[in-house]
Amino acid sequence: MSRDKILAAARQNKPAPVPLPEIPAFAWPAEDLLASFSAALEKSGGKANLVKAGTPIAPAVKALYPEAQRIVNYVDGDTAVNEQLVQDPAAIDVVVLKGQLGVAENAAIWLTDWDCANRVLPFLTQHLVLVIDKDTLVGNMHHAYAVMGQQNPAYGVFIAGPSKTADIEQSLVIGAHGPRSMQVFLIER
Amino acid sequence: METKTIPHAEAATKFLANPARVQWHDETLWFVRYKRDKIVNEIPEWEQLRNLASQIKEHTLSQLDQYLEQFEAAAQANGVIVHWAADAADHNRIVHSILQQHNARKIVKSKSMLTEECHLNPYLEAQGIEVVDTDLGERIVQLNKEMPSHIVLPAIHIKKEEVGEIFHQHLGTEKGASDPLYLALAAREHLRQKFLAADIAITGVNFAVAETGAIVVCTNEGNADLGAHLAKVHIACMGIEKLIPRTEHLSVFLRMLARNATGQNITAYSSHFRKPAPGQEMHIVIVDNGRTTQLGREAFRNSLKCIRCGACLNTCPVYRRSGGHSYHNATAGPIGAILAPNLDMRKNADLPFASTLCGSCTDVCPVKIDIHNQLYQWRQVLTQEGYVPAAKTASMKAMASVLSSPARYSFAGKWARKFLRWFPSLALNKRLNPWAKQRDLPTPPKESFREWYQKNGGNQ
Repeated sequence: MSRDKILAAARQNKPAPVPLPEIPAFAWPAEDLLASFSAALEKSGGKANLVKAGTPIAPAVKALYPEAQRIVNYVDGDTAVNEQLVQDPAAIDVVVLKGQLGVAENAAIWLTDWDCANRVLPFLTQHLVLVIDKDTLVGNMHHAYAVMGQQNPAYGVFIAGPSKTADIEQSLVIGAHGPRSMQVFLIER
Repeated sequence: METKTIPHAEAATKFLANPARVQWHDETLWFVRYKRDKIVNEIPEWEQLRNLASQIKEHTLSQLDQYLEQFEAAAQANGVIVHWAADAADHNRIVHSILQQHNARKIVKSKSMLTEECHLNPYLEAQGIEVVDTDLGERIVQLNKEMPSHIVLPAIHIKKEEVGEIFHQHLGTEKGASDPLYLALAAREHLRQKFLAADIAITGVNFAVAETGAIVVCTNEGNADLGAHLAKVHIACMGIEKLIPRTEHLSVFLRMLARNATGQNITAYSSHFRKPAPGQEMHIVIVDNGRTTQLGREAFRNSLKCIRCGACLNTCPVYRRSGGHSYHNATAGPIGAILAPNLDMRKNADLPFASTLCGSCTDVCPVKIDIHNQLYQWRQVLTQEGYVPAAKTASMKAMASVLSSPARYSFAGKWARKFLRWFPSLALNKRLNPWAKQRDLPTPPKESFREWYQKNGGNQ
């Protein structure tokens, strides 16, 4: 049995015990989390939009993507329309999802399969719009895991910008396999 | 793809035959190193993070058996099917048997250096199963019938005009096209069809969390997710060294990986897979393939801390000027050169010598592996075990004898100076003296400093 062989060899060959360090509470130096987040998102090829609480998202999305025919909007869209469109996920133009939190240092937004409706939606769509409450912004990844680290969803993902590649001569191309663009709406309460 | 191994120095000579191309390769990789420095310097606690990352990995290795068992139990409780592979052949057989169970013919694979190490693609192709690599760089080298030349940037050795020609032949793009945007979008359309039609998706693993049984996969393209979410079955292949104890430790590694690899704040996607989606099936193949042996080699065990960021390749003056394929190993560069001899000392005895021991690799390593030190120590081991060419061993012995005795040193120096003045062409003969290949000697002085000092210094 390979399992027993591997475990026996690991037991036999491992070094003397080494203690596990504690991760200190590293602060994120920038005071303005929104500015950090927006700058990081722009660097990754995305764009941040600050909106007042209560502002409808759907018309803003329509304005950003005037050509889009099939918009799946789980924030303030029509449930029946969403259900019909996700039958053919490969044909979706824009997906709008609510994220749980944003990270200032790298513009990563945390979503689980509960937030995605279907795990493949944020990847298969041509364009992705994520909505988060501005109050959910945290400084760095340590702060993020302190908030969501115990959730243990069946599936969860940090999304930090549109899909991209630099595999041809290090030239950045936005829209490798997944979304060709990403817009983030931050709701200010 | 298993052909006779060409030694690194010989393969590097071929690579160096085109100086303009070498310079392009060198500068492209140095630019990645430059971007890395810039972004790393934005993090005030970077050195602390390196210490933490190193300590977390060292701790995990010191209890690896327990963490493996904990991970297996957690993954099984999540409904994941766990397999154990002692070596590459075992790994390939396991993956093949899963494909057979599902009668799968269409396989998409996202980047996994482990499956490259195990030569999974040629194995499956021999069984009549097509595997499509979906990472753009990997797809390029796959269509070109090559191996990746870099663990993070698989097609870094290929120029855009050549990508244009490869895509023209295989994907029917316009002849002569070389615009990266046009070519990447052509690949997007081509690979989208493959994703949508795939029966099974294979991915690698960046981190495996022992306490939850979750695996984390990092990509910029989103190819791992598209594959895993669209196919009915997801097979994730991981080496035993990918484990970390707890979820919170991801915060340390996700802050470092992309910054150190490509100079980005984080990859576009950091996906945490814990349970298969309803109606789907998830397998994890845990692979040893020499890793427990390396764990037992005291001088080399901490190479298992590696998180495969590729920074040591980007910074290495030898890698940048010899290209990844010169290393005849799935993982090239300094880290490849300390991992490969563990797998096969005879075949890879040349690799630890493909270094100037400058130590730049060690300086940029996010988990503080003493890479240059291990390169040096592998040289000792390989020489003792008799894997180093006789001429090198003999000349090193002669050198040691000269350097260890002041009398012999002084005698040898005197005659070398005379000899070089009388027959300079002999020392510079590139066939007799490989050192002279890219080097010129200065005119030898008439006397050594010691001789000069005895004449002049003592009088004052």
